Amino acid sequence: MKIKSIVAGLGLCFICHSSFATTVGFAQVGSESGWRTSFSESVKAEAKKRGIELKFSDAQQKQENQIKAVRSFIAQGVDAIIIAPVVETGWTPVLREAKRARIPVVIVDRNVQVHDESLFVTRIASDFVEEGRKAATWLMSQPQAQQQCNIIELQGTVGATAAIDRAKGFNEVLAKHPQAKIVRSQTAEFTRAKGKEVMESLLKAEQGGKGICALWAHNDEMALGAIQAIKEAGLKPGKELLVVSVDAVPDYFKAMADGDANATVELNPHLGGPAFDVIEGYLKGKKDTEKLIRTTGDLFLQDTAAAEYEKRRLN
Amino acid sequence: MTSEATVLNSTPEQLKAARQARYSPGQSAHQFSLYLYPLLALALLLLVNLLLDPQFFSLQWQDGRLYGPLIDIVNRSAPVALLAIGMSLVIATGGIDLSVGAVMAICGAVCANLLLLGDWSIPAVIGLAVLTGLACGLVNGLMVSYLGIQPIVATLVLMVAGRGVAQLLNQGQIVTFQNPDFAALGSGSFLGLPVPVWLVLLALLIMQLLLRRTALGLFIEAVGCNAKASRYLGIDDRGIKLTVYLLAGGCAALAGIIATADIQGSDANNAGLWLELDAILAVVIGGAALTGGRFSLPRAVIGVLIIQALSTTIVVSGLPAKFNLLIKALVILLVLMLQSELFRHQLKSLFSFGKLRGGKV
Repeated sequence: MKIKSIVAGLGLCFICHSSFATTVGFAQVGSESGWRTSFSESVKAEAKKRGIELKFSDAQQKQENQIKAVRSFIAQGVDAIIIAPVVETGWTPVLREAKRARIPVVIVDRNVQVHDESLFVTRIASDFVEEGRKAATWLMSQPQAQQQCNIIELQGTVGATAAIDRAKGFNEVLAKHPQAKIVRSQTAEFTRAKGKEVMESLLKAEQGGKGICALWAHNDEMALGAIQAIKEAGLKPGKELLVVSVDAVPDYFKAMADGDANATVELNPHLGGPAFDVIEGYLKGKKDTEKLIRTTGDLFLQDTAAAEYEKRRLN
Repeated sequence: MTSEATVLNSTPEQLKAARQARYSPGQSAHQFSLYLYPLLALALLLLVNLLLDPQFFSLQWQDGRLYGPLIDIVNRSAPVALLAIGMSLVIATGGIDLSVGAVMAICGAVCANLLLLGDWSIPAVIGLAVLTGLACGLVNGLMVSYLGIQPIVATLVLMVAGRGVAQLLNQGQIVTFQNPDFAALGSGSFLGLPVPVWLVLLALLIMQLLLRRTALGLFIEAVGCNAKASRYLGIDDRGIKLTVYLLAGGCAALAGIIATADIQGSDANNAGLWLELDAILAVVIGGAALTGGRFSLPRAVIGVLIIQALSTTIVVSGLPAKFNLLIKALVILLVLMLQSELFRHQLKSLFSFGKLRGGKV
């Protein structure tokens, strides 16, 4: 069965080589979340658009499966390999094998720890700091934020890279606006239930939330929980109290369409485009790519929310 | 003189005294201090909150319900309180149930998915969720009592697998629903108090009657003290163990329903995550012995209130989030030590050291 598929793969490779199309192997983590699914879909769509032959492997969240997949890509003689690693360590041997076979490797999303950076061409990852900056820049452009603006911040899990970097980017922009400041900041562990519970307490500690102009949550789930708490406190989220967060999950678009939330920065699942750019450049002879390329998603507002919700709900 | 003769010769007053002096489960001579220290800790925590936020004790009447930080604490305690009621019984038999958090997630997933199907009435959804919880309890109970597996191992199986089952039901997504009637179970109110609080009070009342007005509580404590001895006395120790795991499963189902109704969605990864540990902690704060044989439901619920008041204090305090867990650990340690008679005694002698210098130590 396995031999057959490898033979078939080799045969396929022969055909595609003869037709001069680029073949790329993609070792994906698996389908752990909705975000991961849209990431895979985006890579597949991008490959189709560019006429690239994509060999997709689902590792079911296991590194050994990913390493197996990469080895089979090498055996098939693909032109390039994209890896979305499950874990950071243990990649050196298989990356060496790829290098020996002169196949360029692009790492996307999570990091890999290797001593020799020449083992991969580049790494493409979401820029959490920029996400925080985008959220803050939008908030500071609102009329409510021109006078005194007190902000409640719901942090992600303490110590998570996404939480640290999003806070960093947001505070960077906030530093330029003396009228705005974060008055309460507490972790709600990236979950909806905690978001509701923590927001309840914070609002009461701030005289029922009367002096608060905005809620800044490190992800949509916490914001969705907090929106319920704001409503139960008798305030109008999205109007009396602006709500901005990061991720762009379908439920949040529904909340925006209903007017309960204001803005979200998408956690970019479209990592396929930049990855293929790098690969195509490399194959044409551009070898001096930076070792880290950062991407950010777009900011979404209420005006497009209803349409986006319909689009994303179906996925 | 035989004891029979004593009874025959005693006056009505003596008989009455004898009747009152007989063993009554859950009562003890130093009951006052058993309640005193947990309540003292709770009062102290609330006082700290009052200092941090002067309006902490303020209660308003808003949208037909009481509204204020104190109500929040009681309301947020509800899921863990239900877990702690079930956990008390399991711990009283010398067992432990690590799976209750995962059972919450499963029952939540069952509710959310049934509601999405649309053609199920609310009582049917609740009934099925509770049945699911009881089924989980049955699995635990059978493994512990009839297969003789160590409780911590047996329930660990469901703790790990249960979350997987919930994820399977939800297909890896967070399943949300729009159903105001069901949501009322989590965020609605009845006679001014949140519905979850009523559910806890109801569960507490029923359980307390079941345990203390029948012999069940005594049997549970007997099995916890010495299972073999109780079997020789004619107590069905396996049946008792099965019953407590069933009850714990049922309580976890109720907690899962509340948690799901509260956020109008089922989050298989996070619903009830680590709450089993909070429940165990609450039971311990309530003075139960982890080796079994002793329990008190009201004190376990006070333990839950202490934990929740502490969480609220940390949120209100405005300290950076990275201190949360450390503060929680330190305060809990202090509460537990204050409950130890030995520690109080040592503390007392420490402060009176100067007076005692020349005298006895």
